[in-house]
Amino acid sequence: MSGGGLRFELRIWRQEGPGRPGRLVAYRVEGISPEMSFVEMLDKLNEELVREGDVPVAFESDCREGICGTCGLVINGVAHGPKSACATCELRMREFRDGSTITVEPFRARAFPVVRDLVVDRSAFDRILARGGYVSVDTGSAPEANSIPVPKEKAERALDAASCIGCGACVAACPNASAALFVGAKVAQYFWLPQGQPERRRRVWRMVEQMDAEGFGDCSNHAECEAVCPKRISIGSIALMRREYMRAVLGGE
Amino acid sequence: MRLDPRVPSGALEEKWARHRAVAKLVAPANRPRYTVIVVGTGLAGASAAASLGELGYEVLAFCIQDSPRRAHSVAAQGGINAAKNYRNDGDSVWRLFYDTIKGGDFRAREANVYRLAELSLNIIDQCVAQGVPFAREYGGLLANRSFGGAQVSRTFYCRGQTGQQLLLGAYGALLRQVDAGRVRLFPRHEMLDLVVVGGKARGIVTRNLVTGEVAGHAGHAVLLATGGYSNVYYLSTNAVNSNATAIWRCYRRGAFFANPCFTQIHPTCIPFASPGQSKLTLMSESLRNDGRVWVPRQAGDRRPPREIPEAERDYYLERLYPSFGNLVPRDVASRAAKRVCDEGRGVGSTGYAVYLDFADAIRRLGADTIRERYGNLFDLYREITGEDPYETPMRIYPAPHYTMGGLWVDYGLMSTVPGLFVLGEANFSDHGANRLGASALMQGLADGYFVAPCTVGDYLAGTDLPRVGTDHPAFRDAIAGVGESVRRLLAVGGRKPVREFHWELGRLLWDEVGMARNEAGLRRAIERTRALREEFWGNVRVPGDGSELNKELEFAGRVADYLELGELMALDALHRRESCGGHFREEFQTGEGEAVRNDEEFAYVAAWEHAGPGREPVLHKEPLVFERVKPTQRSYR
Repeated sequence: MSGGGLRFELRIWRQEGPGRPGRLVAYRVEGISPEMSFVEMLDKLNEELVREGDVPVAFESDCREGICGTCGLVINGVAHGPKSACATCELRMREFRDGSTITVEPFRARAFPVVRDLVVDRSAFDRILARGGYVSVDTGSAPEANSIPVPKEKAERALDAASCIGCGACVAACPNASAALFVGAKVAQYFWLPQGQPERRRRVWRMVEQMDAEGFGDCSNHAECEAVCPKRISIGSIALMRREYMRAVLGGE
Repeated sequence: MRLDPRVPSGALEEKWARHRAVAKLVAPANRPRYTVIVVGTGLAGASAAASLGELGYEVLAFCIQDSPRRAHSVAAQGGINAAKNYRNDGDSVWRLFYDTIKGGDFRAREANVYRLAELSLNIIDQCVAQGVPFAREYGGLLANRSFGGAQVSRTFYCRGQTGQQLLLGAYGALLRQVDAGRVRLFPRHEMLDLVVVGGKARGIVTRNLVTGEVAGHAGHAVLLATGGYSNVYYLSTNAVNSNATAIWRCYRRGAFFANPCFTQIHPTCIPFASPGQSKLTLMSESLRNDGRVWVPRQAGDRRPPREIPEAERDYYLERLYPSFGNLVPRDVASRAAKRVCDEGRGVGSTGYAVYLDFADAIRRLGADTIRERYGNLFDLYREITGEDPYETPMRIYPAPHYTMGGLWVDYGLMSTVPGLFVLGEANFSDHGANRLGASALMQGLADGYFVAPCTVGDYLAGTDLPRVGTDHPAFRDAIAGVGESVRRLLAVGGRKPVREFHWELGRLLWDEVGMARNEAGLRRAIERTRALREEFWGNVRVPGDGSELNKELEFAGRVADYLELGELMALDALHRRESCGGHFREEFQTGEGEAVRNDEEFAYVAAWEHAGPGREPVLHKEPLVFERVKPTQRSYR
């Protein structure tokens, strides 16, 4: 790899811990192949930092194929970077101009405190889903699978919504740091399925309540969330969640 | 020590019912007094923790990820098998059982596999009730597709993201118990030791990955559901954080490790492309429903695929295996790909790839149907390679994907350490020497939703378990030991990054303990693994300290374990002088290159017992007794 390959100037957010001051630090990487993923480029930087006796940049990534939702970086000001419908770990270095400067920051939001460098705490998402992101059915109590028919069209729409990987890009991209797309997607999944009907009101009521308690902002229809969503979740889910929430309020949940 | 699998007596079809009928029960009012520790929150761990919580036990659930939803089960693509026979194509519990035990090349335990096939029915019911959005027919009922090693269509799926949807179902069930106060979650915690008191598993020691705090957690039983060890090869389809540390530390504490050399090299992955690459990406086996595998007839034919006329292509799977064609099991498909590439007929820049071509299917069904079936996989392929599979065939090559080997467990999923249960990919139990596609999700959920909740209760009700807290000397010792091992890694102060050791080990194992193995190579692997391990402890550089988020430190601990595990894999492969499933010894093959099993000498589970550092592990054998099926030479021709 020596000699050839792409070169980049990096400006990376470094922060030692929660509540500590952070700053952008400049690095340079060379010998990057266009097929490399963005996180592999960061691996290479870290390996060099270790070799030089420096502290590597903390960032998260796991499946490296865009499904687990672990990775999430704001790249040149955009959550998950320049390519649409693409998680950070799927992004390839061929998307960047040789020699350019790339700024890398964490997913910032009041409800996502920085743990270290580019790593944030998204446990608020778990707490929201714990309030209703499921159908309450104990193991063993299920009826025969084909006794619950689901029209194909509705099953597809449910799956579109259920494709959310919980990365939090929607929150990072929103000027209000709202989690409306994340919560809306879960509400929409069960809205389209017969299994979701019995708990319909309780579910939306409890999840929205928790979303507010976690300190996420309100949605004011900027649609930045939809633009950065790696799974193309539609903001139609937000409208659906609002309707469902109003029904729950008026229905007296 | 004699290995007792404790398989219930009676006919195969009655064993599980019989086991449930005689299993001891914990009274509902007493269940909250029992603490069950579950490590790992993938399909097996999340479903077990949720189900045990529903029963009323106090459950502590640990995972290394920031959220349970990110466990590697999330990445499973193609589907989950169940013997529903919805297609009226002759499926049955028996047939699923037979396909699975044959697919595993007759190296799995009959009773476990039969139970798995029975429970497949309940799993689909459970997941549908949870709102898992499975693919549907126009009439609203469930759709199916085919997978390798079967001639019926029994695989249920959610596009190419079945694992994600099943995991979200299990994760939802888990969170429901968190909300109910019955499960406590410990995300970003890595299990680094097992605590054994009075010969029984009574807790674990974890390191908090954010603060570095090392702490003990006590309970009445420990369930490991920490997945497989494919990342020992460095490049695999596993998530980069998937690791063998939890099972390895239990091995060191007395849990036997079964069939470590049974690893699955999956035939359809995106080929290796660049030296900085950190993983390989799977392209679901379901693609072989509609994709045709081929290479040029002539070695060295470098023409673009579309310029190679039909007559000059070799659809080698269809040619060699006319009855199963492109849907032969994974081990067979992988070896065939290796063979044609070794002949110089491979494609792509490295010559180590074959084509998976959808042109016929697109002509026959239209691009929209193909998009509906595999859209997200095609997108993923394009994202990674920059090529459009709707226009040009995919290039694929085998890659490490799954490990059939794992900790030895009895019929009730308990290891050789009483009170330590092992679920899902982390155990060895159901797939023999080769796993069929769409069976891993089935096994994880069978273990977690249905088997463990029954067998763990049986153990708790029938075992004297005096109170043990984290103030017990065994906890103090284990906590001190973990702290010491962390300090030892940081103290080496060498010059070589962890990743380089991992890379070297991975390449060594891929070459010598990969798709084809032989005696000389295995001996070489053992010797070089030892040397590499020695170098590691003298020259690894782990930056930072132990009291903070330190990824290099996490990886260092895992690579140190791989450096021991790799040797055990080679040792196991060396001792098994036969070819079976994914374990292919070049010395034992037919003239046509098919595996030659040796049932006379090797129809057993090889369970290895740790004998202490620097000492050869001890081999124990669990004979495989086939009461109902007759092991035959596997044929897919």
